Amino acid sequence: MLIGHQPKDFLLAVSGLTVSFDGFKAVNDLSFYVEENEIRVIIGPNGAGKTTVLDLICGKTRATSGSIQFRGQELTRLRENEIVQAGVGRKFQTPSVFEDLTVFENLEISYPRGRTVFGSLAFKRDDAVKQRVEEVAEMIFLKDRLNTYADQLSHGQKQWLEIGMLLIQDPDLLMLDEPVAGMSVSERAKTAELLNRIIKDRSVLVIEHDMKFVEDIAHKVTVLHQGQILSEGTMEHVKNDPKVIEVYLGH
Amino acid sequence: MVINSRFFNRSELIGFFALALVLFVILPLFLDIFRLNLVAKYLTYAFVGIGLVLCWGYGGILSLGQGVFFGLGGYCMAMYLKLEASSVANTKIQSTPGIPDFMDWNQITQIPLFWKPFHSFPLTILAILVVPAFFAFIIGAAMFKRRVGGVYFAIITQAIAAILTILIVGQQGYTGGINGITDLRTLHGWDIRTDHAKFILYFVEVVLLFGCIIAAQFIRLTKLGRILVAMRDQEDRVRFSGYSVANFMIFAFCAAAVFASIGGALFTLEVGFMSPSFVGIVPSIEMVIYTAVGGRMSIFGAVWGSLLVNFAKTSLSESFPQLWLFGLGALFIAVVLAFPNGLSGIWADYVQPRIDRLLASRKPKSAPGYVADGAPAE
Repeated sequence: MLIGHQPKDFLLAVSGLTVSFDGFKAVNDLSFYVEENEIRVIIGPNGAGKTTVLDLICGKTRATSGSIQFRGQELTRLRENEIVQAGVGRKFQTPSVFEDLTVFENLEISYPRGRTVFGSLAFKRDDAVKQRVEEVAEMIFLKDRLNTYADQLSHGQKQWLEIGMLLIQDPDLLMLDEPVAGMSVSERAKTAELLNRIIKDRSVLVIEHDMKFVEDIAHKVTVLHQGQILSEGTMEHVKNDPKVIEVYLGH
Repeated sequence: MVINSRFFNRSELIGFFALALVLFVILPLFLDIFRLNLVAKYLTYAFVGIGLVLCWGYGGILSLGQGVFFGLGGYCMAMYLKLEASSVANTKIQSTPGIPDFMDWNQITQIPLFWKPFHSFPLTILAILVVPAFFAFIIGAAMFKRRVGGVYFAIITQAIAAILTILIVGQQGYTGGINGITDLRTLHGWDIRTDHAKFILYFVEVVLLFGCIIAAQFIRLTKLGRILVAMRDQEDRVRFSGYSVANFMIFAFCAAAVFASIGGALFTLEVGFMSPSFVGIVPSIEMVIYTAVGGRMSIFGAVWGSLLVNFAKTSLSESFPQLWLFGLGALFIAVVLAFPNGLSGIWADYVQPRIDRLLASRKPKSAPGYVADGAPAE
């Protein structure tokens, strides 16, 4: 399927991506392509390099070699904040929200305006900002918690808040690292509903272990094993791949 | 609280007026000019403290080298005053009249180039604001762009304080060496040594202090202030929200440097000289202690901390000069272990709730009027 496509046809084109930590190749010559509006799930056993792949795309870790093209723009040379401004949003595995700020302020900081030093000094909390914050707060079930400090929220609510912070950034590519991990059953259902709503009109790259959840949302699944792609395709295809069954789904 | 974004909330407003009352009315009424001048000296450290609240309390960047910027401001002012005091008429007994006395003692016959701008008062004021910002920018850019932070940054700022002291002491002919720049007399022809001048300078300083308090409060209330708080705990999240964390750190550090420099310039005016003993490691750490004792999260706390610790320093070191440094060290340890938010934390946690309860029991239903919306006030 790769032949005949130029990288710029894809939203995200990762090719030959390698990162080595003291000689250990956490990601080894990895290539994959994500199309516009595609929902891609990455699965794989522990230590397969899933989180490292997201770290590489968002610039948290620098690649040893290889390229990451986003809308034809080379991401491996950009700083983290430039990658965000290019349209890539990242949610971390453990909820990382600003605990000393309120829900409103958390969302406001993510609003894509006034991101320079002097821009943020001149930033005004106008109606457009307030409206957008309230809109997103409603989506993430925190509308009546706007004035709550984030350290008072439950684990699940923090996860939602972080998803909300990404939402307000309005990225073209949304990367989620285990969005439902550690959630209660009811929180999990609400999160699935939330994700299904927000993944419209954008591409999403998700790491998840919950197979039920993966089956629900994935267009395509990439299975990683020891930093390399073991299998790629629809959930149906991947589930029946003998290599995948051996290393991952089998046990 | 978030929607309530008035410039000062109720307790800050009380703090503002309480401080204004003490500094503008009570102290000038009840202190003789000698003590008032001492208060003026203490207050110069409050400027440093306000900067540290922004940079350390909010931004989480601990600088143990604020003496550098205090000194830069102080020396800029001292150079101007010294040039004015070194008129040909005043220095006719020197082998080269018209240059500062210490230059003459060191066989320098010409005013060095970097002293020349300090003939002009406007340029001096400009230098007091721009020079520390420039140096803070260079240091900040070199450190923060490379992601040097925390303890490493603190140690490097210490080293810079040490280096600057050594430089000043070593370049005696250009800086006055270990004695500093002394025998300052007039500011733009106005004698600063008289009691009357000291009285006026005190009020000038207090007005500037309130100017800085308002400036710091303004920064705190903008989105930049919230980003500083956000950065302190979740640097990566700020980065992945599209901000260049390094630039915000540089800004906080530069702002703190400018506040410290204004304090240093006023110190020179109030005390009448400037020397390397206010630049190095020990004074830099003392400045951090004043802020920590007052409360590193509170602008007013920093002012009270500078006043109270310095007052204690003067009274205790008058009676027990040897013990004072141990006392200061013990105070710092006690504050860090028991009251990480200093005096203002004690006030907010223990005193304020009691007052609130007392008021509430006397006058039920006197809820503070929350403003429903509005952008941070200009």
